[in-house]
Amino acid sequence: MDLYTIAFYLFAFITLGSASIVVFSKNILYSGFSLLFTFFGVAGLYVLLMADFIAITQLMIYVGGILVLVLFGIMLTTKVINVDMRSGTFQTLPAVLVVAALAGTLIGIFWTTDWRISPEAAGFEKTASKIGEMLLSSYLLPFEVASVVLLVALVGAAMIARREK
Amino acid sequence: MEYGMTIAQILQWLQAPGLNHFLLISGVLFSLGVFAILTRRNAIMVLMGIELVLNAANINFLAFSRFTTGTLDGQVIAIFVIILAAAEAAIALAIVLNIYQNFNSVNVDEINRLKD
Repeated sequence: MDLYTIAFYLFAFITLGSASIVVFSKNILYSGFSLLFTFFGVAGLYVLLMADFIAITQLMIYVGGILVLVLFGIMLTTKVINVDMRSGTFQTLPAVLVVAALAGTLIGIFWTTDWRISPEAAGFEKTASKIGEMLLSSYLLPFEVASVVLLVALVGAAMIARREK
Repeated sequence: MEYGMTIAQILQWLQAPGLNHFLLISGVLFSLGVFAILTRRNAIMVLMGIELVLNAANINFLAFSRFTTGTLDGQVIAIFVIILAAAEAAIALAIVLNIYQNFNSVNVDEINRLKD
């Protein structure tokens, strides 16, 4: 057991444990706060996959942006004062069947496929500068389209959420 | 990977995290997200399930980028996924807030009218 293995199981436990709290908790506020630990665990897994820049991006955008938005949404749409934070479930039995079939198929595929693991893929160094070069060379068009999409989406979100006079 | 593994082989497999370990985690995370999308009444819980699914997809991109291709293409795609997740969360929460103002509820099974 080296440090990498220990860190892997720690982050895996954090991710899957808090994700189950997100999914199965009755109180929606607990779900929202558990999502924080899920994002942290996934960021740790990114670091173990030699993606340091993506891990920092994950922390800044998911934890700093999306999670705050989700918590705002929870606070604004549930009756906090009346302690009505419960959120019900429905279609549980069909969902269990569908998800069990889906998970079995996915994990079976992952387990039985003989992935081409290349031995020379020993890892990356300085991912941030290389990602920057790729974004401005071979991924230039998707990069620009993504920036336009982000701009349009945020302006549209502000317009939709604005209270009408 | 093979089916007939002895206990010693399984223990040895557990001690060396590789591609399959990350894929298993992402598979479980994906299934949890789909379960949340399918069963929860609250629209914001459905959004959280979508975030879990997107995170699972990102883990897959980065794992394949690290273990099979050896290039950074997977990481660039992961950045695009994160960008789209941010845009999706902003739009979806704006819609949810608007629905709450009109219907006084965000339960997805009660919202079945397009206009009042």
